[in-house]
Amino acid sequence: MITEIEMGKAESELELGLGLSLGGGTAAAKIGGKPGGGGAWGERGRLLTAKDFPSVGSKRAADSASHSGASPPRSSSQVVGWPPIGSHRMNSLAAKSAREEEEAGKKKVNDDEPKDVNKKVQVGFIKVNMDGVAIGRKVDLNAHSSYETLAQTLEDMFFRSKPGTIGLTGQFTKPLRLLDGSSEFVLTYEDKEGDWMLVGDVPWRMFITSVKRLRVMKTSEANGLAARHQEPNERQRK
Amino acid sequence: MDLRLPSKVLEHIFSFVDSNEDRNSVSLVCKSWYETERRTRKKIFVRNCYAVTPEAVARRFPEMRSLTLKGKPHFADYNLVPDGWGGYAWPWIEALAEKSPSLEELRLKRMVVTDECLEKIAASFKEFKALVLTSCEGFSTDGLAAIAVACSNLRELELRECIVEDLGGDWLSYFPETLTSLVSLDFSCLDSAVKLSDLERLVSRSPNLKSLKLNRAVSLEALGSLLRLAPQLVELGTGSFSDKLDQEAVSKLSQAFSELKQLKSLSGLWDVHPEYIPLLYSVCPRLTSLNLSYATVQMPDLVELLSRCSNLQKLWVMDLIEDKGLEAVASSCKELRELRVFPSGAEDLDETNVAMTEQGLVSVSEVCPNLESVLYFCVQFTNEALVTIARNRPNLKCFRLCVMEPFSPDHKTQKPLDEGFKAIVEGCKDLQRLSVSGLLTDKAFQYIGTHGKKIRMLSIAFAGESDLMLHHLLSGCESLNKLEIRDCPFGDTALLENAAKLETMRSLWMSSCFVSFGACKLLSQKMPKLNVEVIDEHPPETRPDSSPVERIYIYRTLAGPRLDMPEFVWTIHKNLEIGVSNLAIE
Repeated sequence: MITEIEMGKAESELELGLGLSLGGGTAAAKIGGKPGGGGAWGERGRLLTAKDFPSVGSKRAADSASHSGASPPRSSSQVVGWPPIGSHRMNSLAAKSAREEEEAGKKKVNDDEPKDVNKKVQVGFIKVNMDGVAIGRKVDLNAHSSYETLAQTLEDMFFRSKPGTIGLTGQFTKPLRLLDGSSEFVLTYEDKEGDWMLVGDVPWRMFITSVKRLRVMKTSEANGLAARHQEPNERQRK
Repeated sequence: MDLRLPSKVLEHIFSFVDSNEDRNSVSLVCKSWYETERRTRKKIFVRNCYAVTPEAVARRFPEMRSLTLKGKPHFADYNLVPDGWGGYAWPWIEALAEKSPSLEELRLKRMVVTDECLEKIAASFKEFKALVLTSCEGFSTDGLAAIAVACSNLRELELRECIVEDLGGDWLSYFPETLTSLVSLDFSCLDSAVKLSDLERLVSRSPNLKSLKLNRAVSLEALGSLLRLAPQLVELGTGSFSDKLDQEAVSKLSQAFSELKQLKSLSGLWDVHPEYIPLLYSVCPRLTSLNLSYATVQMPDLVELLSRCSNLQKLWVMDLIEDKGLEAVASSCKELRELRVFPSGAEDLDETNVAMTEQGLVSVSEVCPNLESVLYFCVQFTNEALVTIARNRPNLKCFRLCVMEPFSPDHKTQKPLDEGFKAIVEGCKDLQRLSVSGLLTDKAFQYIGTHGKKIRMLSIAFAGESDLMLHHLLSGCESLNKLEIRDCPFGDTALLENAAKLETMRSLWMSSCFVSFGACKLLSQKMPKLNVEVIDEHPPETRPDSSPVERIYIYRTLAGPRLDMPEFVWTIHKNLEIGVSNLAIE
């Protein structure tokens, strides 16, 4: 469809035509028909359809055969920005229930049960700061299911440099490998108790329920953080 | 014969024209009317801070005394706009400090305001009277101290749902003893406790204080002494409503409440303990506005409280009220104009204990003749209910329905909610704001396009089937001003075909849809008066033109591409050779 549209052509010459469903078809069918859609987009950007909400009416949920259902079924509380409650109110509600749980003497301990993934406080975007960079960023934890993709995203965010533009740090062009301790920077996080820990030591699901914010820290400053498996003399500077 | 009126006469006539919509029409009549109007306009509204430059605004309106500015798109409220996108107040404050030093009032919404901004305001505007910040962020309590200490004519200081770096409660103590002009103070969004004695002294030397909204840290006991110092209050936001009070303290507090003869609006009420709710009974009959949306009160107590609020016009409440409770409320509060029902369980909506359904809203629509504004979170709805509501309340102006599970069909018939929303747009001819939810096909949008002629703002999520949905809206909704869409399966065609429409709208937000980068480029090249911003973590030029982008924000502007874009916002140069960049330097 794009190729039919030439520059300079008046809008009225564009036609609604090919590929448009006139009253039928599910969202899933549309996804399949689009060039560059579906798989090329990746998990984060994928349009959520009824299949992602299996608790909804039987008709849609049953239709799960052909689609590349790579993502696990979600509850509506895991979707970013949904339901549309202002973040101020959301924080207040989350704080309230956290307080209630504390008072009731309960504590979220076992994070390996799948049910707990649904019960976590709305994670959404969390702050990421990097040593030496004034501007903090935010990353959407809901869009990741492993440390690798998270680290890759953060590396892209802070270390990528492109010709003609100013990257946040500018000078680093080699991949950084924030997770294996081999670079000048390590990835750390502040947990709910206020302690700073190295990212990667606990199972992913436990991590996302306890992480409050992230920090890309200089390796030299990361002494005293929760121990890593590597010996110090195995670390090398790039 | 010269028929022109002398400008002095024109000025006098225009001084009676209050509404800016009318003033905008006036300024289009002829050059002399434009000139006279612009020299007399005092209140300016810029609803998109990137639509025009601060210098242009200051130049056009030399007598500006009050400026209202909005920054980020509405969906920023739901974390859909990444941090660092923009909406900075600084360029405006810097420009106004130089060109409009007589500025008295600044109202900012969804903007990034730093301590430097607040310090600049305090230092630059000698007659500064009112600062109202709604959903803003980027400043700390130090900035507030700067305002408090320097603005000797301050009347209003309101922080509504801002994200503030809280460095303690000292800021309040910076209000000088000579400041006696305070009319409105709202620090409800702050965490730290302020010094109670300083707050009491401030309140007691502010005879004109009409609105006081405290933060959670102010205890129930402290509230008592404050109320005794300000019985003239018209609006009150309490702090935490659950101390352990002895009998004497309770009766003193009760007495203080009953002295509030002018009180019309009540909010706050965090952590309400049921045994203290009767303290409010004396003010209930006079209340026109009641915000219980942070009060975790159960249905029986809510109904008991609301049964005494016969004059209530605006009610915000949590779904703890349940359908039954709303039914009872409807019959006590017949003057109701605005109803908002918020969900009480943020964490796990699948396992919420409360099931708010269509029944509550239907009962209210049946009984309350003035109901015109609705925001309703619930777990299920039916077409039948929507049809009934539309029939009962053709006077609806704002209808925002959020069935919380996306793609939920009519729970009785399992059909899409198309027919229900058809009834709403057909029946409610003055509808200006609409948010839809539930299972919706393209048909629903055909109905909206056909009948929703007065709709100015439309919010859509997880709905529709194809490009037709967008085409219906853009070609049908004549008054459409703001459109925000997320997770809907339309692509480029409808957007490009209706490109001209976008210049008649303030803004269009689309996220997680199928609009391609190529379409964004094309749109940007064809429509010079639009900024087409692609918000995407990955550089679009490394992907094929046909690949979809994550988020797009399109808005009309006279200011050209903005210069403060972060790395993840891409705009298309009007000069094709330069191509794509995130630094727009002409």
